Parts: sequence; structure tokens; C-alpha cells
Amino acid sequence: MKTKQEIIHLDFEKPLIALSKQISELEEKALKNGNSKIIIDLKNQYEKVKEQIYKNLSPIERIKIARHPQRPYPLDYIQSISPAWYELHGDRTGKDDAAIVGGLIEIDGQTIMAIGTQKGRNIKENQRRNFGMPSPEGYRKALRLFYHAEKFNFPIVTFIDTPGAYPGLEAEEHNQSHAIAMNLRELAGLTVPIIAIVTGEGGSGGALALGVANRVLMLENSIYSVISAEGCAAILWRTKDKASEAASALKITAQDLYKLGVIDEIIPEVEGGAHYNHNQTCENILNAIKSHLRELKELSPEELKTDRQEKFRRLGIFNRV
Amino acid sequence: MGLKDFFKTRQLKKAAKLQSQLSTNGNGHDLKVEPSICDDQLCVLWTKCQGCNELLYTSELKKNHSVCKHCGHHHRLTAQERIDLLTDYGSFLEIDDNILPSDPLNFKDLKPYKDRLKEAEKTSNSKEAIITGIGSINNQPVAIGAMEFQYIGGSMGSVVGEKIVSLAERAIEKRIPLILVSSSGGARMHEGILSLMQMAKTAGILKKLHEEKLLYVSLLTEPTFGGVTASFAMLGDILIAEPRARIGFAGRRVIEETIRQKIPKDFQTAEYLLENGQIDLVIPRQNLKPLVSDLIRLHSQNTKLKTGISPFSKIPLFAGV
Repeated sequence: MKTKQEIIHLDFEKPLIALSKQISELEEKALKNGNSKIIIDLKNQYEKVKEQIYKNLSPIERIKIARHPQRPYPLDYIQSISPAWYELHGDRTGKDDAAIVGGLIEIDGQTIMAIGTQKGRNIKENQRRNFGMPSPEGYRKALRLFYHAEKFNFPIVTFIDTPGAYPGLEAEEHNQSHAIAMNLRELAGLTVPIIAIVTGEGGSGGALALGVANRVLMLENSIYSVISAEGCAAILWRTKDKASEAASALKITAQDLYKLGVIDEIIPEVEGGAHYNHNQTCENILNAIKSHLRELKELSPEELKTDRQEKFRRLGIFNRV
Repeated sequence: MGLKDFFKTRQLKKAAKLQSQLSTNGNGHDLKVEPSICDDQLCVLWTKCQGCNELLYTSELKKNHSVCKHCGHHHRLTAQERIDLLTDYGSFLEIDDNILPSDPLNFKDLKPYKDRLKEAEKTSNSKEAIITGIGSINNQPVAIGAMEFQYIGGSMGSVVGEKIVSLAERAIEKRIPLILVSSSGGARMHEGILSLMQMAKTAGILKKLHEEKLLYVSLLTEPTFGGVTASFAMLGDILIAEPRARIGFAGRRVIEETIRQKIPKDFQTAEYLLENGQIDLVIPRQNLKPLVSDLIRLHSQNTKLKTGISPFSKIPLFAGV
């Protein structure tokens, strides 16, 4: 989003909005009266409230930030971190799914295959991109691009921001399960460095199909879950109103996943979320990609493959008696 | 006299007996009439077919591998029954039965996950949602696993993932075919992201198995959905399903809610999948063992030519199990 837009505020940010309104009103008056102490107090209070809100974001609040309509989407990151961007289209068997984008970028003279799920900014674009919910053809396009990267020895960077794989009639008929399963299996066998970054919503299998990587990173306010909080609440609590409880129970935030050892790094966002400052978030992402690529370049092709397979082989917590 | 008539006569006789008891008692009030007890006892003897509502003599039904002799409806088998059906009598040796579920997220919805686990163990008479082991099918050694739907809907959590990976590793080590029978609602929500990761974990080991050129036969039974279909279940070299089994990625209700229209009645049935090119065969239960056995035999020929010996002839079957 190049043009400046008014930020859409989330409901839990309301106290802040009220305070800042009060401050600006008082500031206007203070210009006339010269009484600035009350303004300083208010500003201090504003900072305190701000810290309280943003430092203690609950899982359901993180979901809201992750789904924020002004949050940068994978194409925003891709286009900002690389001067070159050649999008490649189609699964070669009949469709080009716009919910998944992929193509060639360049970072520090290194050609990289960038692949991401892509939501739309407006109704029309969302119709085309299906709200970022890929069809089997999208995953097959991604698979074709994985093979392309493997052939030419390009590292792969994936950007994940999807509510999940599309649960539609045609998607089932075209074998959504198989498309996802194949990606999971084939990603495990590649010999190039793979970095996956969850930038917004990491919606279950639909996200994981781009997420079998040597390094899995998450933006500070992104989420990654086996099922949506609403879906889980509907099944286990028998009402969607309990989404907040479900969100907490499922452990879906970057911070929780880091503790569980499922992800390797949390990429910081600016206070309040990436939508407050696209450029800063893009820069943080670029730095993270660079540093992980540098480390992964030390590994041989065979080591890269083993590293990835062993990383996922270890995941799971159970008792052995 | 058909079974149905026989049952009717029994019921009539019982009713007459009850009636005589009631009349000898004078008033029926202080006599505890508990027909449910009789019904429960009868349930052990009789089973109502879920396909045609016909009453079937349970022991006869079991002899027929739980297939209704009137309508051919395939009732669900327990994991153990499935193993018994496919493997040679006495050949199956369970492995990894010491891997038990834990509660990694301390998950609690309306009930704590720990309680659900205990309940599941009681109702299913199984320690987890899968049984794995080494056995033989018509004297051909196999690594075989069968899912237990009665255990939390056959859902895949850390234990299921670990047991499948461990089983596949044995198959690779012993160079024997892998047979997995799935019956599952998908990933287990109560273990959150860890359940999701089992998809990548199982698909990862199947990549190794694939590279080792070993046969993997995946048998899909009623019902197989979600994260199980979208990972190991769809990755078989040969995909077999039982008649009328429902197999898919998203559940019927979710799809109907998404596309806001009714979907065809036979949607996501084995026959529908066969027609849509998603699976290889739909085979009635009584033909399963001969089929799987023959598939193994046919696939062992190439290896035989290459190595000069049958891959099955020199393997100490239970060594190191």
C-alpha cells in the first residue's frame, strides 16, 4: 500500500483513541491558555495505557491484528524486499490460482524463489484471490515452483498468510488433500535452503503446505494454528462465542509456538502491529531472511535435506513408559 | 424363519412374561420394569445394521467381518479387528505400545483433555488412536498400522504421528512394505500446533520410504478426513477404499456453509472419489486381504530381479522388534 490511508483501529485500541482525542483537544485549548501540565499528565497516561495494551495482547487480540485488513500481505513484502520480481503463473494442468503467488526475486545478488498466499485488499480482488484460501491448483503451482528452485539451486522463501485451504466442492473434487500432502512430502526431500515466514494467519494444513522449511519464522503478531479459534470453539465449546477461550487454549501465538519449539525466530513488528509501519516490518523481514540464508548456506545440499527432515521428525510431545 | 422374525417372537415372548409378572404383582408401581437391561443384553446378541436397519445376529455379523449380509454395509472395525482381518493369525506383534499421550498444552475446553484421554481409553479399549506393529500377510512380512476411530475420533496427535514414523522407519530398516489403515476425523485439536506438525512429520518419513522404493499401501476406511487425508493417507503408492467410506479434506457441513448450497448425496464417498480419479480401487472387505497380499507379491518381483533374492525370504521377521 503506497498511498497513505487512515489506520483502521481495533476494538481493544479504543481507550487509546479516546485518550489521544482528548489530548489533541486539550492541546488546542492549551495554545490559548498556556496550561500544559494537564497535557503532559495525559500524555504520560497515554503512554502507560499504550504499553499496557500492546505488551499484554491476548491471543484473540493477536488474531485481530493478524487479520487486520491493512496488514501487509506477502506481495507487499516480496515487492519491497527485492528490486526484481518476476511472477510465474499456473500449475500447467489448467489453472492459475491467484490465492498463491510465486516467482523469482533477488536478494544480495542471490536469485530466490518466493512463494506466498495472497489475500485481496478489496471485494473484487478478494473474489479473484478467494480471500487467500488456495485451491489444489494453487498448491500444485507452488509444487512446480519448488521443483524449479530445486533444479536451479535457488533458495526458497515462503510467505504464509491464509485462513486455510479452500473448503469448497471443486477443491474437494480436484483433491485438496492430495495437493497438500504432496507438498508436505516433496518439501521434505528438497536440497535447497527453505525459509518459511508466517506473516499473518497460519491456517492449518493450508499453511503447512508451504511451511515445511529449514527455518520457520513468525511475525510478532501472526498466528499459526491447527484449526481457527472460531472453528475449534464451535466444535469443543459448541458455540463460536468462545473463540477467545479457544484461542488461548490452542496456543497459537508466535510467543507460544516459540516456547513449544515449533518455530525458530519471532520477527518483531512495530508497536500495535505491522499495519502501522509497512516499511519497518519489510526491513525486519529482509534482515531475518538474510541472516538465516547466510547460516543455511553453510550446509551442503544433503545436510539441508536431513536438517529439515530431522527438524520435523522431532516435533511432538508424548510419554514413553 | 428369518432372523427378524426370530427376534420378533422373542420380544413377544418377553413381553408376555413381563405382562404375567405385572399381573401377579397386582399393581405395576412397585415393580421396577427395566426393559433397557433386556435391550442391553440383546444388543450384545443383536446388532441393527446401520445401512438397512435389519437386525443381525452379532456373532454372525462379526464372522462376516462386520459386513451386513443383506445390504453389504461395512460397519466400522476396531483397530484390532482390522489387524486381525489383514494379518495372518498369530503373526502380528505390536510395537511402540509404550508411547502414550500427554497433555502438552494443558488443554481444557468444557472438559480437561486429560479426562478426555482417560474416557477415550475406557470407551475404545485402546491406549491411543492407532495400533502399529509387524506382521505378515499370507506369509509376506509387512509393517502395518490401523487407526482406532473410537479413540477421540481417530484423531492424530503427537502419539499417532510418532507411531507412524516409527513404523515407517521399521519398514525402511527391514525393507518390507508399509500398510496403513486410516479412519480419522483429522488432526487432534487438543494438542494444537503439535498435531498439525504431525502432518509434516508423517509426510516427511514417507518421502524417505518413497526414495527407498518401498511399497506403501494406504487403505482409507469410513471416515477419513482433514489432516490425516491431507498427509499420510493420500500418499500411498496404491490407494484403496472400502465401499461407501466417506473420505475428504473438509467436512460436508463446512463445505455447505462455505459455498452456501447443498452438495450431492454421494459426495466424498469412496465411489465418488474413484470416479474423480482420486483413488485406485474400491474393494469390499472380504476381498481386502487377498488383494493387499497380491499387491505385495506383484511389487516384490522387481526387487527380486534386482537383488537376486526375494526381499521377504531372508528377513528374520521378529528380530529386533
